[in-house]
Order: sequence, then C-alpha cells, then structure tokens
Amino acid sequence: MQASPLEPGTPAPDFALPSTLDGQLGPGDRSGRPLILVFYPADWSPVCTDQLTLYQEVMPEFEKHDAALFGISVDGRWCHLAFANDRNLRFPLLADFEPKGGVARAYGVYRTQDGTSERALFVIDPAGVVSWSYVSPTEVNPGADGILRALEDLAAKGVAR
Amino acid sequence: MTLVEYGDYECPYCGEAYPIVKQIQERMGEQLRFVFRNFPISTAHPHAEFAAEAAEAAAAQDRFWEMHDQLYEHQQRLRVDDLRSYAQAIALDLELFDKELEEHVHADRVHEDFLSGVRSGVNGTPTFFINGVRHDDAYEFETLLAALNGSIGVGG
Repeated sequence: MQASPLEPGTPAPDFALPSTLDGQLGPGDRSGRPLILVFYPADWSPVCTDQLTLYQEVMPEFEKHDAALFGISVDGRWCHLAFANDRNLRFPLLADFEPKGGVARAYGVYRTQDGTSERALFVIDPAGVVSWSYVSPTEVNPGADGILRALEDLAAKGVAR
Repeated sequence: MTLVEYGDYECPYCGEAYPIVKQIQERMGEQLRFVFRNFPISTAHPHAEFAAEAAEAAAAQDRFWEMHDQLYEHQQRLRVDDLRSYAQAIALDLELFDKELEEHVHADRVHEDFLSGVRSGVNGTPTFFINGVRHDDAYEFETLLAALNGSIGVGG
C-alpha cells in the first residue's frame, strides 16, 4: 500500500528524534522559523549523498529565508554522525530509528516494502503547518529549486498577511 | 544548438565528461555552441571554488578555455601553486592573475553561476542542458550526441 505525503495546509506532526547535534530535535525546536524536512532513504547511498551535499552548499540561500533544515532517515545516530563527518554536513541529521520510520509514517512517506522513507521534501511554515511537500522518485535527486520556490512563496504570503 | 554544462573542476564525473564534450565539439563543429558554467561543490571538493575563480580570472584575460582545459587535464592538482603554474603555461599576466585570485574578484561571478544552476534544477555535477532543456540521460558520447542531434530544429 502506498502512503501519500501530508498535503499543504496540514499541521505538521511534532516529534523529537536523536540528532547529530544537540540531543533530541524536532519541529518544536525551530518554531517561529520556516523548517525544511528532508526525508531520504539511507546514509551513504550515492543519490542521498549528492542531494545532502548540495543542500549544505545551498544552505546560505536557505538561511536568507531564516529557514532551518533537518535531514531524516531510518539510520541510527552513530551512522548519521560518521556520515555527516565524512561529508562535511553541518545541518542536523535525525535518526528515525526507534520505532523505525515512525516519523516518516506520520508524514506519509514510509516505504513499507523497503523499510526506508521515500525521498521526500517538506517545507513547514513558522506556525507549524505544511506549506509544501514533494516526493521524488527514490533514484532521482530533487535538487534545491523546489525548496527555494516554496520558501519564496512563504515569504510572499507573509508579506500579504 | 547550445550545450550548457554546469561543472566543478574537482569533480571526477566532470573529469570523465571533459573528453566526451571535446569529442562532441569536434564532431559537431560550428553547429554547436558549448557553454560552461561554474557549479563548485566546496562541501565535497575543497579546491573547486578557487579553481573556478582561476578559470574566470583567465577569462578576464581572454584565456578561459585554455585554463578550463588545464584544470580538467590536471584535476588531481588544484592547489594554488598548481593554478599559478597553469596560468604561467597559458601565458597569463601572472601579476594580475595573482591579484584577482587573492582578492576573489571573480567569486561573485562564480556564485551567480552556481545560483543560476540551482534555480534551473541542477542537482549535481555535471548537469547538461541542451537548448535549455535538462539532459537527464547519460553523458556518454553516443547518448549525448544522439540527444543533441535529436533536438536539432526543435528550437535551436
């Protein structure tokens, strides 16, 4: 059965997961700012690596929107730490490890057949509501342009409000 | 017909693509305009940004392609001393070259290239565009040539 990702307008489920940075992290720790959630299938696999490296490189652009970014996969915290160190990733990677894929399920992006999450992107607005979501074919790196457009739309809406 | 490549001078895949693009240029001659844009991924390639700035410094002296070739033909050696030796090999004004590198005169240009790539959907290197359309297929000689030939008359 194929789950479907949370749609724009849905309140983003809160959670707290072990992080490569400071203990447990979740959307609540970044409220009041836009948050980018990057679900990816696994540390070390080629596509994930290029994708996350690209996001590290584009981070200054995300930060212009005051956005924070979390990477999330079902890998454990120690695996995440080794991976982040090896690839110079400075944003937090969260371990959706126990219960396995629990957060991915809550966001509708768990692949039961593979035991990993989809390659999925969410932009959550400062009030904690999903403002954009996208699921990429697992083998395709979705790039950063969709995220940047979503952040710009969010900024435009903020001005209009 | 325009082929655009977003590339990183330290990226091994771009290094693999380099002779292929040369072959394509040879085969297509004047039918093809090849444009290279900088997409340095410093997170993975610590020398890529400086190499890109070196290429732009050479461009300021009308020697972009000569430097581009030097960089891809010596991808394993991209420290500052190496960049200087390539500048010397292609007879750049070294004093000007050094000054521009030191002051990062071309950093903005490199960053503009990078951002334009991000905004057009570049997700890694190399990424090719044929007449403005991203080429998601392989970049082996036959595949790339077929894609180029396939888009002749489709708007370019």
